[in-house]
Amino acid sequence: MTILGQLALGLGFLLAIWGTVVGAIAGHTGRLELVLSARRTVYALFGVMAVATLALIIALLNNDFNVEYVWQYTSRELPTVYTLAALYAGQAGSLLFWVFVLTGFAAAAIWLSPSRYARLLPYVGAVTCAVALFFLAAILFSANPFDRLPFTPPDGNGLNPQLQNPGMAIHPPMLYLGYISITIPFAFAVAALLSRRLDGDWIHAVRKWTLLSWVFLSVGITLGMWWAYVELGWGGYWAWDPVENASFLPWLTMTAFLHSVMIQEKRGMLKKWNVILIALSFMLSIFGTFITRSGIISSVHSFTQSDIGYFFLVFLVLATGFLIWLFWSRLPLLKSEGHLESMVSREASFLFNNLLLVGMAFAILWGTMFPMISELVRGVQVTVGPPFFNRVNFPIGLALLALTGIGPLIAWRKASPENLKRQFTIPIAVASVLGVLLIALRFGDFYAGAALTIGLFVTVAVLQEFWRGVGARHRLHDENYALALVRLVGRNRRRYGGYVVHLAIVMYFVGFAGTAFRTELRATLNPGESATLRSAYGYDYTFTHVGVSTFQSLNRDVIAATVEVKRNGELVGLIRSEKRQHFRCRVAVSPCPNDPQYKEASFQPSTEAGIRSDLREDIYVVFAGVAEGTESAVYQFTLTPLVWWIWFGGVLLVVGGVIVMWPGGGPTRRSPRRAIAGYNVKLVDEREKAAVS
Amino acid sequence: MTPKAKFVLGAGLVTLTVGFLMAEGIKDTGVYFLMPAELAERVASDASMYEVGIRVGGTVVAGSIERDVATMTLEFEVTDGEATFPVTYQGLVPDTFMDDGEVVVEGRLSPEGTIHATTVLAKCGSRYEAVAEDVAETTY
Repeated sequence: MTILGQLALGLGFLLAIWGTVVGAIAGHTGRLELVLSARRTVYALFGVMAVATLALIIALLNNDFNVEYVWQYTSRELPTVYTLAALYAGQAGSLLFWVFVLTGFAAAAIWLSPSRYARLLPYVGAVTCAVALFFLAAILFSANPFDRLPFTPPDGNGLNPQLQNPGMAIHPPMLYLGYISITIPFAFAVAALLSRRLDGDWIHAVRKWTLLSWVFLSVGITLGMWWAYVELGWGGYWAWDPVENASFLPWLTMTAFLHSVMIQEKRGMLKKWNVILIALSFMLSIFGTFITRSGIISSVHSFTQSDIGYFFLVFLVLATGFLIWLFWSRLPLLKSEGHLESMVSREASFLFNNLLLVGMAFAILWGTMFPMISELVRGVQVTVGPPFFNRVNFPIGLALLALTGIGPLIAWRKASPENLKRQFTIPIAVASVLGVLLIALRFGDFYAGAALTIGLFVTVAVLQEFWRGVGARHRLHDENYALALVRLVGRNRRRYGGYVVHLAIVMYFVGFAGTAFRTELRATLNPGESATLRSAYGYDYTFTHVGVSTFQSLNRDVIAATVEVKRNGELVGLIRSEKRQHFRCRVAVSPCPNDPQYKEASFQPSTEAGIRSDLREDIYVVFAGVAEGTESAVYQFTLTPLVWWIWFGGVLLVVGGVIVMWPGGGPTRRSPRRAIAGYNVKLVDEREKAAVS
Repeated sequence: MTPKAKFVLGAGLVTLTVGFLMAEGIKDTGVYFLMPAELAERVASDASMYEVGIRVGGTVVAGSIERDVATMTLEFEVTDGEATFPVTYQGLVPDTFMDDGEVVVEGRLSPEGTIHATTVLAKCGSRYEAVAEDVAETTY
C-alpha cells in the first residue's frame, strides 16, 4: 500500500505545480479551458491526497512496522482510536494530513462558491495549489511518512502516552483545521488583489470560511488547554509556552478580522487593513506550524532540531515578499469609501478592538521571540516567562472584554446620548453594584475582580438585547416568549449568534478569574494519613491516602493511588490518580504477557491526574510516586475555582458559531447598493462567459 | 479635532501603554538563559550574576540525582560538557526528568556556586530505553 502512497505523493507534487501555473494563467486570461483545467486540478489533487492519506491509515491499522512512521508512533497494544490519531502525531504524518485537509477545503471552496465569484476561483485554486506544493515538497524531500526501515521490528515504539487521551485525539486535528482553513479566505484575498476585484465581493465570499476557521481554532485551543490540564499534571491549563502562543497568535488576528470585515461591509472602510489582517493570519498560522515543528524556540540550545524548519523559513520569506509586492501594487484600488464620523460609534469601538487584538498579538509574538531577538541584539539570550505575558495581557484582555459589551450595543456612525443612555444605563448600574461590593468585601485579586465586574457588565448588556428583542416580538407578533426567542435568533443569526459567542468569552474570563484563587499542597502520606487544604471559598478539604495498587492494562503498567476526599468533614468521594509506564512488547503476542522480561519500557512514565469538577471548583489530585518499597505516596493537591466555566465557555462558543454559520433562512440584510454591485458583476460575468463560448 | 485625529491620538495612547507594559515586563521578569559554560564564564568576570534570576539549560549528570522523599528535595548536577553546576530544588519534577535528560533550571545562583531552582523543566531525551523494572520502584 505504501507504494501507492508514494505514487500519490509524487503525482500530487506534479498536480500542485500544474495547478499553480494554470490557475495563475487562467485567472489572468480568463480562458475557459484553462479555468476548467485549474478547477479540475484542484479536485484531482484532493483525490490524490485522499489516496495518500488512506494508504498511510491502512499501513497504520495493519501495524506495518517496516514503515518507519508506523513503527515510531504505534504499537500492537495501542487502542485503534489512537492508532488512527497517530496519523497526525508525528511530523511526516501531520504534514500529509495538512495537505489532505487543505486540498479538501480548496475543493469544497471552489465547488460551493456561487458563479458570482467565478473570476476569483482560478486564482484561489492557484494559491491553494502553491501552498500545497510547498507542503508536498517538505514531505517528499524532508519528512516522508512512507519511508521504510531496512528490517521489520516485532513491535512499534508506541504513541507518546501523553497523547493517548481522548482530548488529544481531537485537539490537533481541530487546531489544524483552524490553521489550514485560514488558507481559503487568504486565497480569496490574494485572488481579489490579483484580479483587481476589490469591491468587497471577496469579503462576502469568505465570510463563513473565516468564521469556520475561527471556530476550529477556538475549539482547538480550548481542547489544548483541557489536554494540558488533564494530562500534564501541573494543575494549570496555559503556560505561555511558545507552541501555545503560536496557536493563539492567528486566533487574535482572525478575531480582529472577523470584526473589521463588518466595517468594510457596512461602511466600505478598512479595505487595506482587512487584506493585511487576513494575510497576517495566514502567515501566523504557517509560522505557528513552523515553531511547533522546527523547535526553533523551545529548542534554544540543544534540543532536537529538524531541517523541516528551513522549508518553512523559505516559504515564509518568499510569501512575505510576494505579498508585500502585491499589496503595494494594488494600493490605489484599496481606497476607503467612508470615514470615521465619531469616536463614540461602533466603528470606533471596532477599531479599538482591532488595535488591542493586534497589539496583544504583537506583545505575545515579541515575548515568544525575545530569546532570539536579545541574542541577536545583545549576544545573550534573555527569556521572559508567564509574568511578562500576564502583566501585558491582563489589562489588554480586560479592555477587550469591556468592548465585547460596548461594541455590539453602540450605534453606527455616531451614537446619540439617548442611544448611550438606553443601552448602557442598566448594565453599568448592575456591574457597579458588584464592583462596589467586591471592593467593600476586600476581594483578593484586582484583575480577577475587574474581570468579574466587566464580565457582569457584558452579560447584562447582551441579555438586555435578547430581552428587548424577545419583548418586541412578543408584543408585535403575539408570540409566546420561547417562540419569540427562537424566531428572534433564527431571523438574525449573525447578530444573536455573535452575542452568544460574546457570552462564551465572558465564561472564559470567569474561569480565568477563578484561577487567581488556586490553592495547592504537597504531601507525603502513609495509608490512613491525611492532609488538609483550604479552598478559596473557605472549605476545608481533607485528603486521606487509601492505598496504592499495581496492575497491567493494555499497553501499560499502572500504579494507581487513591485518596478519600472530604469537604468540611462531609464525604465527597474517592479520587484516583495514576502513574503509567507504557511499554512495547518484545514478542508479537497480544495481550503482552505480564512478565518484565517481555516488556520494554517506551517513553517516560506519565501521570494521570484525578479530577473532580463542579461549578464552584475543581479538586485536582496528582500522584507523584511512592517512597521506595512502601505504600507511602507523594501527592500534590490543587483546588482551582471555576475551571469548569472555561470548558463550557468553549461549548457555548461553538453553539454561537454554529448559529452564525447555519446555512440559508433569514433575510440577509444587504444594502441595495451592494446588491446592485453584485448583480452587475454577475451580468458582466455572464456576458464574458457567453463571449468565450 | 476631527474624529480621525482623536482616534489616532487614542491609538497612540494605547500603543504607548502596551509598549510601556512590554518594556516594564521584560525589565522586571526577563532572565538570562545560559548554558553552564556561559554561566561559569560570566560569573568569573561579573559578580552581579549571583542571586539574580537565571535559566540554565543543559543535561542532568548521570547518577547525580539524589531524592529525599520525606522533604521532597532533589539534588542533581546540570552540565553542558564543559562546566557543571550543582542544583537543589524542592517540589515535584516532571515525569520526563531523569539521568542524561535535558533540563532547563530556573532559579538563582548562590555565591557558593549552587543553583537554587524554583522550577525544573525537563524535555524528553532521545533515549527511551529505561527498563520496565524501574516502574515498580519509585519515580520520585
